[in-house]
Amino acid sequence: MTLPNILPDNVRLQIDRAQRRALAFGVVGLIITVALAFGLKDWTQFFHSYLVAYVFWMVFAMGCMAILQLHHMTGGRWGLPIRRILEAGTRTIPAMTVLFVPVLFGMSRLYPWMQAGSLGDEPAGHFRRVYLEPHFFIVRAVIYFAIWNLLAALLNKWSAEQDRTGDLILKDRMSSLAAPGTILWALSWSWAMVDWVMTLEPTWYSSIYGMVFMVIACLAALSFSVVMLRMLDGYQPLHDSYDPPRLNDIGNLMLTFTLLWTYMSFAQFLIIWSGNLKQEIPWVKVRAFGPWAPVAAALLILHFFVPFFILLQRGVKRRLQRLSVLAVWMLVITLVDVYWLIVPSFQQSGPRIHGLDVFAVIGIGGVWVGAYMAQLKKMPLLPLHDPRFAGVLEHQHGD
Amino acid sequence: MVKRPIYGLMAEFASPEEVLAAAHRTHEAGYRRIDAFSPIPVEGLAEAVGFDWTILPTLVFCGGLGGGLAGFGMCWYANVISFPLNIGGKPFNSWPMWIPITFELTILGAALTAVFGMLALNGLPTPYHPTFNVERFAAASTDRFFLCIKARDQKFDLAQTKAFLEGLHPHGVFEIED
Repeated sequence: MTLPNILPDNVRLQIDRAQRRALAFGVVGLIITVALAFGLKDWTQFFHSYLVAYVFWMVFAMGCMAILQLHHMTGGRWGLPIRRILEAGTRTIPAMTVLFVPVLFGMSRLYPWMQAGSLGDEPAGHFRRVYLEPHFFIVRAVIYFAIWNLLAALLNKWSAEQDRTGDLILKDRMSSLAAPGTILWALSWSWAMVDWVMTLEPTWYSSIYGMVFMVIACLAALSFSVVMLRMLDGYQPLHDSYDPPRLNDIGNLMLTFTLLWTYMSFAQFLIIWSGNLKQEIPWVKVRAFGPWAPVAAALLILHFFVPFFILLQRGVKRRLQRLSVLAVWMLVITLVDVYWLIVPSFQQSGPRIHGLDVFAVIGIGGVWVGAYMAQLKKMPLLPLHDPRFAGVLEHQHGD
Repeated sequence: MVKRPIYGLMAEFASPEEVLAAAHRTHEAGYRRIDAFSPIPVEGLAEAVGFDWTILPTLVFCGGLGGGLAGFGMCWYANVISFPLNIGGKPFNSWPMWIPITFELTILGAALTAVFGMLALNGLPTPYHPTFNVERFAAASTDRFFLCIKARDQKFDLAQTKAFLEGLHPHGVFEIED
């Protein structure tokens, strides 16, 4: 059995084109973002917009890592078509590491805890003063990125080695790393979201917060994988690597994470709402009852009810064309969700989309997609020698 | 009512692949009243015997919907109509509080409908079934796979159908007495 070791020319051309376009969007977007911030002399708004856009695109890379490790642990043929799509996502982490640097320069404009006297009374205030010390914040960020870069590097290195040698031990090595890797991922990612986003309101806290972002990441990565499958659908042997039941599996995973998103988001709301404590309730009041209430209602309908009922239909989950439309929708609504979670911390007065918000999302997004496409074409679109997938393609390519 | 001396014909196979291939060929040959028996789930076998639609998902959806409405309605009735209590200054109709119960009863309604609906639609429990008259059929619970063409099938003809089944290379073809 021989499969093409490098990408066929037409695939490479399509990915090249996507990469060039995305990078053009990214560079122009970032230039406009910086120029606009210069022109308006509004660097506070610049960093607000930048953080929202950064977190939104980071969600993709982190979700790819989670779903990839999930598959290494559990197996299942649904992982065959999207394995390389996810791996390319994890290889964007170095680029996202570089893109995090501006956040460090914006710390004093982003985080109220950089100013003295914002951390509340003793005894909780004492812990916050120690934990939210700027150098410690940076050290933690370095640790998170070290973990993510290391996990991504190992998983990709072994996967490439598996392609070359077909050594059976590599499958076990990857699944042995995936279990502690998932624990590390969960801790570091939720910790990062607490550090980078939750501390925008330093006296507010919620223990579900990190899990909300874990679920957002997984849902975004699955939706993104479906979109990529659609984009690459015309190419062999990728097209033969899945059938309606496999798509149904991926659709069911999307359904699961949609439900989990609702569960986490609602549990957070319910606990704070019924507790009604004065240090917790403002967060909910602004987002769910104040001027942001229409966004919250829209999320409930468009992030839960609509996708939920659509994903109950087998006719959708088994057809790539339909499922990919929903997947695009999930990515759009995830952006709204991230915006709704973060922006009210700066803007209690209600949603007011700034030009910088738009250009930052396009700029960082363009760079991310460009980096993604550059990584995607470095490996064959399917893992060549994973023993778990042996025989799946044989009826098409047997010899 | 005409008594049918024969319920159908049954062929025995040793592997899931064999019974799956046989089911496909039987369906292609035009037989529609067919059934397959297997000790393990065989992917694609249900579709192969022409099973393409069931009302069960619709029933489960309605069961879930009914359970959810009942859960929400129960909480609402208890807290708003029957016994309103001021809890922490919250409105009587504190609907976010009802959601966990609504959710639980949705799951309960859907799960019970799924289990009992499945049993009812399958006609279970069935203490007697003509297939039990075939001695070999006991192996369907352990390591053998069976394909059955029922006498009700329009295309059924004892001699021809028997010849057809034998053409599928089974490990045996049995007549099922009704």
